[in-house]
Amino acid sequence: MKRVEGLSKLTGRELYVDDLVVEGCLWGATVRSPVSRGRIRGIEFGDSVNWSEFTVVDHRDIPGSNSVFLIEEDQPVLAAARVRHRHEPILLLAHPSREALRRAVAAVEIDVEPEPPALDFRVDPLPEQIQYGDDNVLKRLRIEKGEVERALAEAPHVIEGVYETGAQEHVYLETQGMLAWDDEGVITVAGSMQCPYYIVDAFEHALGRPADTVRIIQAATGGGFGGKEEFPSGIALHAALLAMKADRPVKLVYDRSEDMEVSTKRHPSRVRHRTGVDRDGRLLVQDIEVVLDGGAYVTLSPVVLSRSIIHAAGPYACDHVRIDGRAMFTNSPPFGAFRGFGAPQSQFACERHMDRIASEIGIDPVEIRRINLIGDGDATATGQVIRDGADRIEVLERALEMSDFRQRSTAHAGFNRSEPTLRRGVGLATFFHGAGFTGAGEVFLDSEVHVAGLPDGRIEARTANVEMGQGTLTVFTQLVCDRLRVPPESVVIAPVDTARVPDSGPTVASRTVMVVGALLEKACDDLRQRVGIRPDTDGRSLLRAIRDWHEAHPGQDLIGRAKYRQPEHIEWDDETYRGDAYGAYAWGAYVADIEVDLRTFVVRVRDFVAVQEIGRVLHETLARGQIQGGVVQALGWTLLEECKWADGAMENAQLTNYIIPTTGDVPPIRVDFLEAPYPHGAGGAKGIGELPFDGVAPAVVNAVASALGVDPTFVPLTPERLMDLALHSPASGGGAP
Amino acid sequence: MTVYLPGSLVEALELRARHPTATPIAGGTDLGVHWPQRMAGDPGDWLDLSGVSELRTHTWTDDALVLGAGTTYWDVIRNPKIAEALPLLVRAARLVGAVQIQARGTWGGNVVNASPAADGVPVLMSYDAVLELRSRDGSSLVPLSEFYLGYKQMRLEPGELVTGIHIPLRTYDFEWFEKVGSRSAQAITKVGVAVTRRAAEWRVVANSVAPTVCRCPSVESLLAEERPVSGPSDLAPALAADVSPIDDIRSTARYRAEVLARILYWGLRDECPNFT
Amino acid sequence: MIGPGIEITLTLNGESIRARVAQGDRLLDFLRYGRGLTGTKEGCGEGECGACTVLLDGVPVNSCLIPAWQARGRSVETVESVPEDELAALLESGATQCGACTPGVVMTAWWVRRNRDLVDAHALRELMAGNLCRCTGYDGIIEGLEAWLESAGADAGESEGGA
Repeated sequence: MKRVEGLSKLTGRELYVDDLVVEGCLWGATVRSPVSRGRIRGIEFGDSVNWSEFTVVDHRDIPGSNSVFLIEEDQPVLAAARVRHRHEPILLLAHPSREALRRAVAAVEIDVEPEPPALDFRVDPLPEQIQYGDDNVLKRLRIEKGEVERALAEAPHVIEGVYETGAQEHVYLETQGMLAWDDEGVITVAGSMQCPYYIVDAFEHALGRPADTVRIIQAATGGGFGGKEEFPSGIALHAALLAMKADRPVKLVYDRSEDMEVSTKRHPSRVRHRTGVDRDGRLLVQDIEVVLDGGAYVTLSPVVLSRSIIHAAGPYACDHVRIDGRAMFTNSPPFGAFRGFGAPQSQFACERHMDRIASEIGIDPVEIRRINLIGDGDATATGQVIRDGADRIEVLERALEMSDFRQRSTAHAGFNRSEPTLRRGVGLATFFHGAGFTGAGEVFLDSEVHVAGLPDGRIEARTANVEMGQGTLTVFTQLVCDRLRVPPESVVIAPVDTARVPDSGPTVASRTVMVVGALLEKACDDLRQRVGIRPDTDGRSLLRAIRDWHEAHPGQDLIGRAKYRQPEHIEWDDETYRGDAYGAYAWGAYVADIEVDLRTFVVRVRDFVAVQEIGRVLHETLARGQIQGGVVQALGWTLLEECKWADGAMENAQLTNYIIPTTGDVPPIRVDFLEAPYPHGAGGAKGIGELPFDGVAPAVVNAVASALGVDPTFVPLTPERLMDLALHSPASGGGAP
Repeated sequence: MTVYLPGSLVEALELRARHPTATPIAGGTDLGVHWPQRMAGDPGDWLDLSGVSELRTHTWTDDALVLGAGTTYWDVIRNPKIAEALPLLVRAARLVGAVQIQARGTWGGNVVNASPAADGVPVLMSYDAVLELRSRDGSSLVPLSEFYLGYKQMRLEPGELVTGIHIPLRTYDFEWFEKVGSRSAQAITKVGVAVTRRAAEWRVVANSVAPTVCRCPSVESLLAEERPVSGPSDLAPALAADVSPIDDIRSTARYRAEVLARILYWGLRDECPNFT
Repeated sequence: MIGPGIEITLTLNGESIRARVAQGDRLLDFLRYGRGLTGTKEGCGEGECGACTVLLDGVPVNSCLIPAWQARGRSVETVESVPEDELAALLESGATQCGACTPGVVMTAWWVRRNRDLVDAHALRELMAGNLCRCTGYDGIIEGLEAWLESAGADAGESEGGA
């Protein structure tokens, strides 16, 4: 099935929020804090501007609670007395002219009495930097299994390592934007988003309005990657507040620099490993500490931390595991959801560490994974017994085969001895990713979907899950067609509009196909039952039965429904952090073949092989596209993308200076899939959107380590940082003449 | 804000004389960045040269190629005669941005934008290019190597425009240009160097390692004197005398200095005939 | 608009038009807000991402870097002018996911498609390097363009010489 909205996108007809034209619409803009921490002493409106032309909104205009509803209520919609990070929103302005708005924003002076900010999450805060609890720890979590201290004391070898990863900016090609207006008492917002019902919740809370006076519509969304999960709630509120005060529609669209400066980024991390192994490299004990930078408000950091620690020990069997995690407060713009959601950070550390272990005890990096990969009947760090029929060794073998791992290792060793300015290496990573919300999260979401039979005989699927490029519209159409045995022309996916669709949960956590798709299948069954059609009947009969039903019940709705029910086998304890963290895991093995230019320390990826077991491949082109896109985005995180911080904010907030990959920076990404169907996933599928992010950085960095004989423990591995490492590394053969 | 739209060079020079503070704009690949933000500040007036077709022509004389200042990078890339006579021009042009930038960016614009990271300037300077400066009242020729006085400062009088670039046609023993950017395309140069050699006449021109694009006279002397060079470190002292790389948002002084020595050494060693 | 604006004539998608453009407008603004041609997208405003790519006198350019008055007397083509039946290969190959970079990609690809001799001297990845994509990883785009060129080659398309 071709991408349902593909032609619309190729012809430029697809309508994103900035394409929407509304009569009488004003532009909106935001005035922000110039410093990373302080007390607002005063606000001056400059003389050069005729302020009577402008709508001005501040915290006093917020009718409900001045907080953006998420996990805690600490993040204000608009700062009132104090600011906790640079670029924190303080005022909103609206005006018919965008140019006048730019001048106006520049003409507002925010006077802040600065206070000492906490800007380095890796060091203990000084007393005067404490702003959350008594230690600036936003969240603590621990996973524990077995007897870690004893196992460490008894282990023949104990290998330590500390690994760091930097922030990453999403760079969705369409920036954040919202358009708000008052539609006869219903505050309506159209915009770029992943989670319309998060915005409904935020509106109920901050505007003090019941949900039926709020309507949130997803416009075509030009990329999300998590960056449009929680962050849009704030912008939507800003646009709505302006629209309410101006009594005119207001469009608030960020330009690229503003977007990069103020929006969420991937949590920076520092992960410490202390691992005990036996002489053969078998894992005896894993003692891991995960520290994340959460930024100035709690937002989603507890959940990111959760996923990070659950994945921190890797896809391995080990009896004694302790993972201590904490998310730290700093006076940076809050860090947030980004594809992988903590797992790429902790698995980078784990996989880099596996290579270090292998190197230190003299074992082959393939062998150390082969003997430790979790087998059927083994338990994860949280004690979840894996028995999903996936052959993780086969995934590994396939990756080795496709990448010619052994031959290339040998060939590169020869190449490196004879080449004066080039060094090659191959690197491997094995990893996993749990799909859906952790533990009881899906129960908490309580998702519901509808599949309606329309009077004209068409089928309309209604969910709150968005298309943002990953293929939702196409896969949902395909699932419905397959389940009901009807042709694609008779299926329509309802626009994601909270006035029309039930809350099927957010479009995050790789859950859309696996969880919501499965609900669609059930809702299809329910629809069929309501018109008395048996499952094995052909689609034409169903469509006829729907039309007949409507003739017999004029003016009534025919809706098949399904609500989430947790599969019986999932048991999770949120207190002890033990049990079945996820219903299903996808398993991956990635190989990177790289070449380092010793003149410039630029790492060129010559070849990349991505093999994963994902339950069922529902749509080859879409699945491959997810993996290729995720790998390239992760290559950017690994080698090119560096957030440069100054005074607690991103200094290089331009695409000229924040470097994402172009066509010339990456090779073709070679992909293969294995299938071990997950019975509770739609069509047997497991979620895959985030999986690719977990395996790229370690595969590449392991390859560089192999090529140069150095020991990089961080990403991004920019040429500058690699050069410093290579030239100051005692044992490196990478210095070159 | 006033925008002047001359249709001929004569008209452009007249307007330039009368309104010397109006910013000349051609391809706009530098001036056009963040244009709305510029408009919301104090944009001043503009002299649009994009309608002056005379600036986009080029002529071959017996001993030079005269490039109109409005010639784009893409014009040069698609010109086989230029590729053969002056290969470094094409090499540098292909490394600028990507097609969309190459189709608009002009050689003259690159010269007067005067960025220390300018990619067109090093190869022009390595070819001993001479700039034709014209005003309403006259014209003069200035060697490109003498044109820059300091960071973003050049020998351009009010009322003058760079209208042409004279590039001598010579046979070289060695022509070479390398640019190290942050990625393979759409990259600002971190460190770059152009080298030409005719017998004992060396030109070594570096960008992004000093306040202006500049010749490296100590390195040129070292090479002309045929002093032994067996590794990058043998070039380092001469380079240190000629350039002064800094830490900035794109890279570090340490990286630039080290990589410049390495690419220069290996470029000479691998590709320059008769290099010791 | 603020100020009197400048009156220009140009050829837009094959049609000769006269329009008044604001002095501070970019060609991108003129197309999107002045003419309602919202197919061309803004991704960065810096000329880095190529989402705003249009063909100016047949060659791809970033319309976010061009003051609207510089389009006078020129020919401008936007994504709205690309015949739909040309897009089959890109649709098939997964060249588009979120669609934000897509119109820009299509315009550069359309230019390559109409100037086939370009591929004699330039790799496809080099020609497409000015179009950033965050979703596809580029394989879907390059494979789609390859397939497009192959199917177009079958009808011995004429070349406009790469301009």
